[in-house]
Amino acid sequence: MNRSLLFVTVLVIATCGLVYELVVGTLASYLLGDSVTQFSTIIGVYLFAMGVGSYLSRYLERGLARRFVDIELAVALLGGTCAPVLFFSFAWPAVFRLAVYGMVLGVGTLVGLEIPLLLRILKDQLKFKDLVSQVLTFDYLGALAASLLFPLLLVPRLGLVRTSLLFGLLNAAVGLWSTWLLEPALGGVKLLRVRAGLVCLLLAGGVVSADRLNGWAEAQQYVDEVVHATSSPYQRIVLTRGARGFSLFLNGGLQFASVDEYRYHEALVHPAMVRAANIKKVLILGGGDGLAAREVLRYPEVESVTLVDLDPEMTSLAKSYADLAVLNGHSLENPKLHVHNEDAMRFLADGDEEFDALIIDFPDPHNFSVGKLYTTRFYELVARHLAPGAVAVVQSTSPLFARQSFWCVDATLRAAGFWTEPYHALVPSFGEWGYVLAARAPPARVRDLPKGLRFLSDETLPTLGQFPLDMDRVPAEVNRLNNQVLVRYYEDEWRRWN
Amino acid sequence: MELGRRDLVAAFLGTAVAQAACRRGSRTPRPIPGELVDRQVEVGHLLRGAPPPIAPGPPRTVDVLVVGAGIAGLCAAWRLASAGIEDLVVCELDSEAGGTARSGRNAVSAFPWGAHYLPAPRSDRGPVARLLRELGAITGVDAEGRPSFAEQLLVREPEERLFYRGAWYEGLYLRAGASAADLAELARFEAKMDSFAAWVDGKGRKAFDVPSGKGSDDAEVTSLDRLSMAEWMDAEGYRSSRLRWLVDYACRDDFGARAEHVSAWAGVWYFAARHDGKTKSAGYLTWPEGNGRLVRQLATAVGPRRLLTSALVHTVEPGEDGCRVHALDARTRAPTSFFARQVVFAGPRFVAGRVLSPWRKAPPGFLAEFQYSPWVVANLTLSAPPPSRGFPLAWDNVLYESQSLGYVVATHQLERADDSGPTVLTWYYALAGGDVRAERARLLSAGYSEWEQLVAADLAPAHPGLDALATRLEVWRWGHAMVRPRPGFIWGGARRAAEESLGARVHFAHSDLGGMALFEEACFFGVRAAERCLAGLGRAGESWQ
Ligand SMILES: Cc1cc2nc3c(=O)[nH]c(=O)nc-3n(C[C@H](O)[C@H](O)[C@H](O)COP(=O)(O)OP(=O)(O)OC[C@H]3O[C@@H](n4cnc5c(N)ncnc54)[C@H](O)[C@@H]3O)c2cc1C
Repeated sequence: MNRSLLFVTVLVIATCGLVYELVVGTLASYLLGDSVTQFSTIIGVYLFAMGVGSYLSRYLERGLARRFVDIELAVALLGGTCAPVLFFSFAWPAVFRLAVYGMVLGVGTLVGLEIPLLLRILKDQLKFKDLVSQVLTFDYLGALAASLLFPLLLVPRLGLVRTSLLFGLLNAAVGLWSTWLLEPALGGVKLLRVRAGLVCLLLAGGVVSADRLNGWAEAQQYVDEVVHATSSPYQRIVLTRGARGFSLFLNGGLQFASVDEYRYHEALVHPAMVRAANIKKVLILGGGDGLAAREVLRYPEVESVTLVDLDPEMTSLAKSYADLAVLNGHSLENPKLHVHNEDAMRFLADGDEEFDALIIDFPDPHNFSVGKLYTTRFYELVARHLAPGAVAVVQSTSPLFARQSFWCVDATLRAAGFWTEPYHALVPSFGEWGYVLAARAPPARVRDLPKGLRFLSDETLPTLGQFPLDMDRVPAEVNRLNNQVLVRYYEDEWRRWN
Repeated sequence: MELGRRDLVAAFLGTAVAQAACRRGSRTPRPIPGELVDRQVEVGHLLRGAPPPIAPGPPRTVDVLVVGAGIAGLCAAWRLASAGIEDLVVCELDSEAGGTARSGRNAVSAFPWGAHYLPAPRSDRGPVARLLRELGAITGVDAEGRPSFAEQLLVREPEERLFYRGAWYEGLYLRAGASAADLAELARFEAKMDSFAAWVDGKGRKAFDVPSGKGSDDAEVTSLDRLSMAEWMDAEGYRSSRLRWLVDYACRDDFGARAEHVSAWAGVWYFAARHDGKTKSAGYLTWPEGNGRLVRQLATAVGPRRLLTSALVHTVEPGEDGCRVHALDARTRAPTSFFARQVVFAGPRFVAGRVLSPWRKAPPGFLAEFQYSPWVVANLTLSAPPPSRGFPLAWDNVLYESQSLGYVVATHQLERADDSGPTVLTWYYALAGGDVRAERARLLSAGYSEWEQLVAADLAPAHPGLDALATRLEVWRWGHAMVRPRPGFIWGGARRAAEESLGARVHFAHSDLGGMALFEEACFFGVRAAERCLAGLGRAGESWQ
């Protein structure tokens, strides 16, 4: 048998094997959030499964060449469809994790069988030393090819769904092709070829219609239909629409749902606004969707609103996407509002402007970068921007799902020298949600609530500060740049609920 | 894959890296544009060649002349300036102050060329704490005199991670896959270091303190100096390869030498000096430019007027009523001469032997006992943070299977939350073998293209595709980077003899006098030399130490 052809085979199957692993790993961290452990557990399980495959190879005794073709076809099917299947199963969280690990175990085991089988099939045709050295060389080369192609070419150009289908197709092609390559060892090949041909056709069909599949698959992540999706350098932004309005997702995490966002944003903005001595100058950190700004702009006394959001893609979407602009009351076009697409920490460190009210609405502290925005250092920077009598408010994740995280934010604000008043509100799409009001000294109520609110009233406002037993204060360490305890609390606590 | 690259990588970084980086087939990564930025060869020539011409005309008279603007020289000048010595000159042969704590800067970030952190001091007394107060780094002091530090200057989390076989793990001890026996040995080692840290002699001195001269000279402690760290580990029955790796890494990182070539006293000092065995230490202070920030603080305190850069001192001639000092401009070769009532020589021993005129003819025996590890520092600018698997990018990123010391991320401490932008990685490599001359030859045998290949090969297994992000690489080869605390050196006679002043007018200051290249040692000797000058000038005051 022609050697160089053989090595091309090894190269292709090695590349395919690593691509499947990368697809599943990327998908898992993409859909499950950028948890620190996601990728490395996938790698671990995959390597383990390959070991299982290699071990099992000893039980395959006869008809090795036939087995090899079958295994190629099986890998092609399983690996090739891994991305669409996983995207699809994301709609059912309970199934998804199982599907991820099932997929990794299945593909890993099959891939682990490939090389040992091939070595045994070829053991009589080459000297053992050459055989091992050359097969492994090409195996590793294939791995290199995959690891380079994947981030540089495949994900950006093809996307995950098409990548996985395309490599499945390649794998199936190797299966079909080996019916010729190994023909002497195979015996009857007709039926095998038909089978291989069918698998190829199926996957080729998938590649061709990947776009439709892709949209459909992403849609499966969401209960509702995806109506808009873009990727910025910072995040994936997806808007969905359903019977009860629309929702915004950043990196797969729900940002708001139009049905109940008013609860979230009224509770975020007004408790601070009615207690700030003045409200001429307001600062909003985060909140690029313009919804907090809408609440702020309900007060005629407000003269200027400075909105600092890292992602220009987000603020321009909030301005130009019609439904969103209607929902935020065209706040981003209001002449009082000034957008700074800038890092909030840098904005505070570099500037010296003072504000009367500060609305701090960052994503939850789910990684070390965002975690910096919840540290004593960050709050020291905030303090430098407080005008006399100013009040700040911090969205502080859920006191129910992430109780210690919530109280950690409160403890951190206090350690930074703030008087605080924690409170919470029920936002059905999110659950019980928490906020912490912060100021230099306890502020008195000085202002009426604006007209037209749907959630807050003079009667309910004072009740927000009451915490039921299961959300009440627990001891928590202070979150500092040099310990980032909050990120660790948060990861632990949400893992328990998910 | 040509054989040359693989051999090169194996020789400098070990076979594991060579295998991992070179198995990746025939595609040699795209070469990263850049250059060597050290100029050590020229300067060495100037000192070794025939004595340069001497300036005609009368010399400029000064109260104190400081040779060298490394940390020791700058601390001496800072002490003198604070005591009101106006007539003061610091001569530094390099184009900028800093020595091995120098830093650089480009459009992306400032970055270190050498020292990159200062362990936060335990007490608010002494010159290091004074400097930090002047810098605004100390924000308060508790009842027991323990200072607290500005949060943004302490290394922020995540602090360290370790790469092993395909993924990154948190911390510097390889916990992944550690057996119960490994962990038990680690715990035993840590308990032992805690007990060393808590140990106090009859005079109330810690066994190991900062600066090291403050520690105990009790034989129970100093006898450690007779063994190498590796021998001590053997004698104590530490066999876990993970623990041995950690200790060897620490020796290479702090002293530029393997555990076999480092005194056990110095090795234990590293683990036991900065805490008292009970309370945790406050951590490390660091800046994007590393200790370059402290250099700037000191240089500002000394005053730019008094700092003469590109000024190579080639001769110091002690006399009855003062010293003649001859220097020349390292760029134009123009000579200058000084007459100084007191001199602080803040260069290393191997330079002292060539510059002090009495020592040229009759070099004291102790000079030859000072040995220095060569190092390479490379700053790699990237258009985005390197993608990696497992635990996310940390401040200090170490590769378990490599002979390099990994890299530090210069942008880690920047006051911003978003970490997705361009960055600079500072890569460290110590030539840690036993024969420092041979190591220096090895250092210089490799030019830009070799060091470029080494940096790329070292990082490739952990960051596939890194070459696509790399925009520039600059490499600095330090021939004599760090004094080496070989077994017997710290408590031997040579080091202590070298601490003595030469007559009443030449006082020595350099970290090599302490036997360990550390900021605190340099600062201690700098301030002490300055206080000896003050005494010589009849202006002695209260000591800062
Ligand atoms: C790669 C590297 C990393 C390090 N990391 C750390 C760290 O993280 N933390 C830490 O505490 N320490 C670190 N160190 C140790 C560092 O050396 C010390 O902290 C400190 O900077 C030493 O200062 P020094 O003044 O004793 O010596 P040097 O830095 O050697 O200063 C001597 C100065 O004298 C000048 N000089 C010498 N001869 C002459 C002459 N004839 N005329 C004029 N000028 C002359 C030299 O140019 C130089 O500037 C590191 C060292 C290296 C090399």
